[in-house]
Amino acid sequence: MTSAAAASPGRVTGASQSGGRWMQRFWYYLPAVIVFAGTIGAWELIVRNIDLRGFPLPAPSDIVGALGENWAAGRWPLSKAAGATLFEAVGGLAIGTSLGVIVAFLTARFATARELLLPLAIGASAVPIIAFAPLMNNWFGVLSPLSKMMIVAVLVFFPVVVNVTRGLTQVEPAALELMRSYAASEWTILRVLRLPNALPYFFTALKIGTTLSLIGAIVGEYFGGSNDVLGRVIVQSASALRFDVTWAAIILAAITGIALYLAIVATERAVIPWHASLRSQEP
Amino acid sequence: MDPRSPEPLASTSKAGEVVHIAGVDKTFVTGGATLTTALQGIDLDIRRGEFISLIGPSGCGKSTLLRVIGDLVAPTRGSVTVNGKPASRARRDRDYGMVFQAPVLFDWRSVEDNVKLPLELMGYDGARRTARANEMLDLVELGEFLRHHPYQLSGGMQQRVAIARALAFEPSILLMDEPFGALDEMTRERMNQEVLRIWERTGITIVFVTHSIPEAVFLSSRVVVMSARPGRITDLIEIDLPRPRDVETREQRRYFELVTAVREALRRGGADTGVVEPDSEVGLASIDRTIAEGGIG
Repeated sequence: MTSAAAASPGRVTGASQSGGRWMQRFWYYLPAVIVFAGTIGAWELIVRNIDLRGFPLPAPSDIVGALGENWAAGRWPLSKAAGATLFEAVGGLAIGTSLGVIVAFLTARFATARELLLPLAIGASAVPIIAFAPLMNNWFGVLSPLSKMMIVAVLVFFPVVVNVTRGLTQVEPAALELMRSYAASEWTILRVLRLPNALPYFFTALKIGTTLSLIGAIVGEYFGGSNDVLGRVIVQSASALRFDVTWAAIILAAITGIALYLAIVATERAVIPWHASLRSQEP
Repeated sequence: MDPRSPEPLASTSKAGEVVHIAGVDKTFVTGGATLTTALQGIDLDIRRGEFISLIGPSGCGKSTLLRVIGDLVAPTRGSVTVNGKPASRARRDRDYGMVFQAPVLFDWRSVEDNVKLPLELMGYDGARRTARANEMLDLVELGEFLRHHPYQLSGGMQQRVAIARALAFEPSILLMDEPFGALDEMTRERMNQEVLRIWERTGITIVFVTHSIPEAVFLSSRVVVMSARPGRITDLIEIDLPRPRDVETREQRRYFELVTAVREALRRGGADTGVVEPDSEVGLASIDRTIAEGGIG
């Protein structure tokens, strides 16, 4: 804390406006960076200095080494595996989101559809995804990426239905009265009011969906399929006791997930900059 | 109007009359079997160019009456004729501009595009849309804020955008449901002045729901006093204050007399029915609070 206290006077009197903002950002993120680096450092030190024989935990430096070695070549080409898994995840996300949006439109518009389709959606979401995986592999071909995409789709479907339905139906009552006073048709109300209102909900669903999509894809891969995917690499390298590769694959899965999430966030910022959670402070 | 097929309802509406309300009742079914009488035996004529305020305690049905006029709520009995035709026709003909307590602006549209919304829906071409939106935003003195988004404006400014939007397509009646109820007293008085200026410049008929006595007296040509349970009209008070009205109007003796007259009419209405719907406050206390809040001075 002494360093922060010593630095703060400089922060107040110091530098230009933008310089001040960068300093502020630096101090804001510094603790997180220190904790992160500290954890990795401690991990490295413990593995190097304490005898952990029999406990399969490679040091971070070994994991990075394995990542480099197996990036493009060898028995487990990691970049290819990550690409294939990402393809399954994004494909499944697209299928699940599309179906979810269609069902959300139907349930928002027709009470009958609500009564018929919502129980199905709730039922689908209640089944643990592991139970579906062997079935999907069977139905859509264990070697085809489509089988993994369908597992992802089932997983992503429910949050999309729930969120988008909510976005389409939960509009301000006064806004509906306003539209009625314009003698606007249901279709017009959907176009100018309900759709824009649902966009933030849609992006929330997508962000939930990205996380789920990688889980779905990797779980699906555990149940068989082509070898050059992250799930197979994790299973096979672990059984071959190459835990450095296993960890490299796990970390690559995490990075892929974060990248996918950030892509959605960037799209969201571009599409709905007016939303309360995204507004810039200066007009 | 085609002389061979005269509007059947035209005979009941006199010339110069915009709204003709005859024998309107409204009952709501609340929680299964309970019937709530929101409006009972409402008769009211509103003349062209009038500024009418509906005032009364919470639950007296003043907002319901406004929505019956605007065909947002159907009456259980009775008829509402607007511009010589049934209210439902008037709504489809876009005779109404609406302003609510909340500005109800769309976050995803700029100030200009919010004002253009009704014009888009009503098929104005692009050039006319822009011209009307600019004209209306100048009218409410927000010409410089075209490109802003609603969240970048204060509450009072947002409500002015809502007024510009309501006037953009030149409706014949402006229906305002406690439009300044959420604003602080200073802003409210400024907005009152603003709305009077707009009313004088456009000559539009305004029906204005409020629970503030000073506001009703300052703005109106007539104040409709209502009482709760069942919601009905207990008094019609002509406001003969000279125009144009300004800050000094609020200091005239006649102004205080009229404020007192409206207050007493409200008290009588409350005392007659005994019970006033406990919306958030209870009974007479709510009227007294309204009076206290409105204050004089």
